[in-house]
Amino acid sequence: MSTRLATGGRLIDRSKAQAFTFNGKRFKGYAGDTLASALLGEDQMLMGRSFKYHRPRGVVASGAEEPNALVNLGKGTAHEPNARATTTELFDGLAATSQNHWPSLEFDVGAVNTHLSRFLPAGFYYKMFIHPRPLWKHVYEPFIRQSAGLGRAPDPETRDPDTYEHFYAFVDVLVIGGGVAGLQAAKAAGDAGAKVLLIEQNAHWGGRAPVDGGSIDGQAPEAWIDETLSALQAMPNVTVRSRTMGAGVYDHGYVLGYERLTDHAPQMDGPRHRLWRIRAAQIVTATGAIERPLSFAGNDIPGVMLASAVRDYVVNYGVVPGDRTVVVTNNDDAYRTALALKAAGLAVPAIIDARPNGGGALMQAARDQGIRVEVGRGIAKVKGGKRVSSVYMCDQAGSGAMLEEIPCDVVAMSGGWSPVVHLWSHCGGKLTWDDEQAFFRPDADRAPTGADGAAFVSVAGSANGHMGLAQGILDGDAVGKAAAKMAGFKPKRTKAPEAVSEDEAALVPVWLMPQGASRDLRAKAWLDYQNDVKVSDVQLAAREGFESVEHTKRYTTLGMATDQGKLSNINGLATLSNALNEAIPQVGTTTFRPPYTPISMGAIGGEARGDVFQPIRRTPIHEWHETNGAHWEPVGHWRRPYCFQRAGESVHDAVNREIKATRDSLGLLDASTLGKIIVKGPDAGRFLDMMYTNMMSTLPIGKCRYGLMCTENGFLTDDGVVARLDEDTWLCHTTTGGADRIHGHMEEWLQTEWWDWKVWTVNATEQYAQIAVVGPNARKLLEKLGGMDVSKETLPFMQWADGTLGGIQARVFRISFSGELSYEIAVPANQGRAFWDMLMEQGAEWNATPYGTEALHVMRAEKGFIMIGDETDGTIIPQDLGLHWALSKKKEDYLGKRAQQRSHMTDPNRWQLVGLETLDGSVLPDGAYAAADGTNDNGQRNTQGRVTSSYYSPTLDKGIAMGLVLNGPDRMGEVISFIKEDGETEMKATIVSPVFYDPEGEKQNV
Amino acid sequence: MLILHCPYCGIDAEETELHAGGEAHLTRFGPGSSDDDFEGYLFMRENPRGVHFERWRHANGCGKWFHAARCTNTLEVFGTYSAQTTEPPEEIRKILAKKRPGWTWRDLK
Ligand SMILES: [Zn+2]
Repeated sequence: MSTRLATGGRLIDRSKAQAFTFNGKRFKGYAGDTLASALLGEDQMLMGRSFKYHRPRGVVASGAEEPNALVNLGKGTAHEPNARATTTELFDGLAATSQNHWPSLEFDVGAVNTHLSRFLPAGFYYKMFIHPRPLWKHVYEPFIRQSAGLGRAPDPETRDPDTYEHFYAFVDVLVIGGGVAGLQAAKAAGDAGAKVLLIEQNAHWGGRAPVDGGSIDGQAPEAWIDETLSALQAMPNVTVRSRTMGAGVYDHGYVLGYERLTDHAPQMDGPRHRLWRIRAAQIVTATGAIERPLSFAGNDIPGVMLASAVRDYVVNYGVVPGDRTVVVTNNDDAYRTALALKAAGLAVPAIIDARPNGGGALMQAARDQGIRVEVGRGIAKVKGGKRVSSVYMCDQAGSGAMLEEIPCDVVAMSGGWSPVVHLWSHCGGKLTWDDEQAFFRPDADRAPTGADGAAFVSVAGSANGHMGLAQGILDGDAVGKAAAKMAGFKPKRTKAPEAVSEDEAALVPVWLMPQGASRDLRAKAWLDYQNDVKVSDVQLAAREGFESVEHTKRYTTLGMATDQGKLSNINGLATLSNALNEAIPQVGTTTFRPPYTPISMGAIGGEARGDVFQPIRRTPIHEWHETNGAHWEPVGHWRRPYCFQRAGESVHDAVNREIKATRDSLGLLDASTLGKIIVKGPDAGRFLDMMYTNMMSTLPIGKCRYGLMCTENGFLTDDGVVARLDEDTWLCHTTTGGADRIHGHMEEWLQTEWWDWKVWTVNATEQYAQIAVVGPNARKLLEKLGGMDVSKETLPFMQWADGTLGGIQARVFRISFSGELSYEIAVPANQGRAFWDMLMEQGAEWNATPYGTEALHVMRAEKGFIMIGDETDGTIIPQDLGLHWALSKKKEDYLGKRAQQRSHMTDPNRWQLVGLETLDGSVLPDGAYAAADGTNDNGQRNTQGRVTSSYYSPTLDKGIAMGLVLNGPDRMGEVISFIKEDGETEMKATIVSPVFYDPEGEKQNV
Repeated sequence: MLILHCPYCGIDAEETELHAGGEAHLTRFGPGSSDDDFEGYLFMRENPRGVHFERWRHANGCGKWFHAARCTNTLEVFGTYSAQTTEPPEEIRKILAKKRPGWTWRDLK
């Protein structure tokens, strides 16, 4: 059984007991424990189940690379799935549940999959579930959804009660990783005077050194670590942060750091996570190395663990995973585990060393302790169900014939170490295969390069392939100094600390144990524990032609789980390269992508949530709308009233009331959101002639003209009324959503094409409040306010005038988007609300009715006016909409003119704008397609048009619509069929003129 | 996230401040041009692995468009310069000749 030792555990505080629950069961641990060490201390080895076969899984590792021990943390709004028990710091009251089991962790129905594994080979998703098609929907998918999935996402309706924030940091040298190499690199760079940030993902400093032993400058590693950390903390130019992971390295020295502030102490105030957005001139990654599992049959049975992890649990937490541990290895480092266990008084029945000649000094030390060492041997298979019970020892060189069964409850395995090269690789750093040490390490000659073309990432310590304490600390010193120098500082001529550790004999690569393992054994030798990928799966993929490592990854799902193959990557590559008979470097690695380990969505969002996620733009009259029943509609970053709902009134009724009141008497619209761009200068007229399809240079001062804007592709992009203010000044109105875009569009052409033209543009949208006063009584209201002549004679349709109304400075445009007598009045923004209040008050005698965007839309549709975004969708040219009158024939050029001459644009079969009226007066579904005879190659009905706008018109008491129809204008009176949302039901509609209301325009021109 | 120097306001701007505007130094073809010329102007773009000239706008800054010469492969930036020119200026070409001898782009060398 796994248990807590009576003494020991350098990281725990036995005076502080911490109560927690796992699957509802109560447990006890100590301050300083991880959830994994506390569970092991209470004999809870089983921590999860695998993804595909639901096999029982115990903890394998002791850090971020853990693939198995994934748990749900917390409840309700604070629920979090897929937390690694090995990096979850224990606190009093922690509540965790296991994942991926049904109905319980101990008894899982899906585990039957393991007996079906013959039928669930590599690529099974692709092979098994394609045919017959109906089975996918009704059988396979429901079964997979029920039994698969890691963890459960929080309820989408709940809101995360925690807060998050972003930090920005700008440094000369960023050091990622606080092991001895990282500490020394930070020290060396800091001593040179560079501004240094040192971040470490764990709560503790020093990496593996305190567990692995040796000495630094004559001290125990732990003492040197404390001393160096204190020195760094005392330096004003150095910042150190623990519990902060380097998540990703990006272009030009950009790095994301992920700091966990309160996960270990939920009672603390402040943000839970912090995302660091760092710019560094130089980045040193000192991210260490990860031990590799060995591939032997039964290597996923709970109790089979990484040798280094077993050692960590004993030394750091005073916890032993079992009573009898067999160590299996191809290198010297794993002997340290046997020695640590022996020192703790535990049984080590054997060290099984796959190397024919065994190891060096560490092997001798083990033998001196009386531990049995078997060289040239391997494990043929592990026996056990939910717990290891014994191993079958065999010759490594053979095919797995058992030499001896050795009873044990833990197998501590080591297949060697792989440098953590993720951060080096994120931004393009290349790797080289180190034959001697059998791993990929960073190739310093092919580093990520920055804006100046020079390398901006370097790697230190075991992440750089410098294994062992002495080499690691030397490398840290050298790399730290070099980084400071690259960042423009002069490193001091200090000596690197001198470290001593045992010499290690060379490792011998072992990619399969035993070397000639039979098919049965290979089918039980796991590569990827979380996704259940075995040696046999990768071999099958190779046989089936998946030669590219990226394809094999996706076909087998190797390395695609939440751990992203931290343990399985190299073993999988080696298995593939053996199957393909190619060298490992020829097969290459898959791509390393950020983040290094998952980071929370909350951290990515930071402060941007709720009201500050996207600040809302408000017109000067916004508050009035808010207190008067506005039913809001988002338009760009604005909120506009869709309608103003009265008590007991439906939205539909409100819209109809607003339209009727406006058409009968008087309506008011807050049009402040419309874009207002001032274009000024000696060449402004010439410029606008290029921007608009119409002629704007000839517009007389005092007049307005409706204009169309196209892109150089010929497609409509915006429209609006242009007013000429004086000899060299025009005011261009744009759509609400288009103001910034169109201003940018104008500036782009001015700055990059016609930079010699003397034109100045200003986006004055927010400088004015603009209110449309609409309806037969509009003029009466303005005359009542007084101050300027708004008569038909002085201010006819499509003209504007400056003056005052009710004492407020006003610019009055006689323009109409409703077909009624209409004035749009711009006043300074800070007078907007006062002017609105005045209009409401003085207009009361004519039942002045504020109306929203829906009434505006219906009224414009009744008049057959197009709307950018309804009648246009980025593929529509003015000719499609019958707007030929707005295309100047006198102008040689305007944006889009040449494109509109292309053959597809002049095709007479382009769908054209018409009006549509259903035979029964009902409303056509927006976007519905008009059916044509026959079917296309995909068996779908052919089409001959579609609805672009569709409304109920209260004015006409029937449905009205606009649409684009094949040869539509030539087919007036013809009845065509539209298909409803169900894809079958037809609605018949007559093709009519798009102008449904007041076709002569008598009402607006009074 | 790239950092480019805005030649107008003189600051190093991060990519979040910038708006990418595609290929630089396009020659506009309008009415009267041949179908081939117009197609080339509207649609055909360089897609080099190496030296490239691009338009960028300091959108969340001074609002000005400028040009950048950079390497799409290594992300090295050779320099930024005014948008108001039809070809890369001499000083940029000098840098390129030194850093990327034998570079070509469209018909430029
Ligand atoms: Zn700028």
